Amino acid sequence: MDRNHLKRQVDFMKRSFLDQGYLDEQFIQLEELQDDDNPNFVEEIVTLFFNDSARLLQNIEQALVSGPIDFAKLDNYMHQFKGSSSSIGAKRVKDECTRFKEYCTAGNAEGCFRTFVQVKQEHATLRTKLETYFQLARQAGPPGTSRGQVR
Amino acid sequence: MATAGEVFRRSLTETVGQVCDDSSSSSELHVLAVDDSLVDRKVIERLLKISSCKVTAVESGTRALQYLGLDGERASVGFNGLKVNLIMTDYSMPGMTGYELLKKIKESSVLREIPVVVMSSENILTRIDRCLEEGAEEFLLKPVKLDDVKRLKDFIMKGDGKDGGETRILKRKQLDGYASLSSPSPSVACDPSSPLMPSSSPSARSSKRAKLRNKD
Repeated sequence: MDRNHLKRQVDFMKRSFLDQGYLDEQFIQLEELQDDDNPNFVEEIVTLFFNDSARLLQNIEQALVSGPIDFAKLDNYMHQFKGSSSSIGAKRVKDECTRFKEYCTAGNAEGCFRTFVQVKQEHATLRTKLETYFQLARQAGPPGTSRGQVR
Repeated sequence: MATAGEVFRRSLTETVGQVCDDSSSSSELHVLAVDDSLVDRKVIERLLKISSCKVTAVESGTRALQYLGLDGERASVGFNGLKVNLIMTDYSMPGMTGYELLKKIKESSVLREIPVVVMSSENILTRIDRCLEEGAEEFLLKPVKLDDVKRLKDFIMKGDGKDGGETRILKRKQLDGYASLSSPSPSVACDPSSPLMPSSSPSARSSKRAKLRNKD
């Protein structure tokens, strides 16, 4: 009973992330790659993403605040960040990246600064949401197993 | 990746591109994945493993060439014995791009038979054309899907280029669908009634691309 309820909560949470555009279809695709031998694949990938992206965001921040702006370098960093966001289905983050890149291409420093704030915001929001999601998912257990079953 | 028994099985002079000749390995394909993004490497690794392929994932074109034994230094000594059946490479990488890696592979008499697939998050037609012209089997838009990998695997397992040309053209049509601002039409993706004839010669490819452009 309890587990079913948790599973429903997990599904509901995921649905709402999709509906609100935090995540897109790619996240679902990744979940379909999980199996009994790799039940936490998505959480592992997402963790990797947040660790990796923290570094990239720092680089971008540095590039923005130190001296004259090198738009090509910024665009390059953002391209990498956008790529991995897209790979985990982080839709809102990815969309902000696109906006940022447009400002880069236009050589618009102010636009870059403004959009970067948004990028960081969406990134942080998603991180919190997914942390909660995975916590819940772990409690609910992998689909098909019953409570207390030893693997 | 390589098991203890599968070490030095042949010299560089042997053809590398054959698919089903090795009795000591299983019938699993061995794919070399090249991508500077750790996240993407992990994803492609998973996609390939789920599709029952052996995977070696490296982070750069340079590393890939080293693995393939083509780095120009101690070639036969450093060569890893596990044959590669397919190379999947990201396009945008620092240092050597996926395109440059593709060129080097196709210029090598030893490695040119290995099919190379280029992946990119950007749908840039000139980029796609350039890769196909240089001999890439396919150009995949990221994020790569399980269906893409399954299709690739089927193509490689067939062991010949019969389907290659058509797959390339179908993918090209699909990408054209995305490139035009109207919504992508699912019917374009897999059209068995397509009049296009499969062929892998460069001149045939160019005329196919010309046909596709005229259709837009």
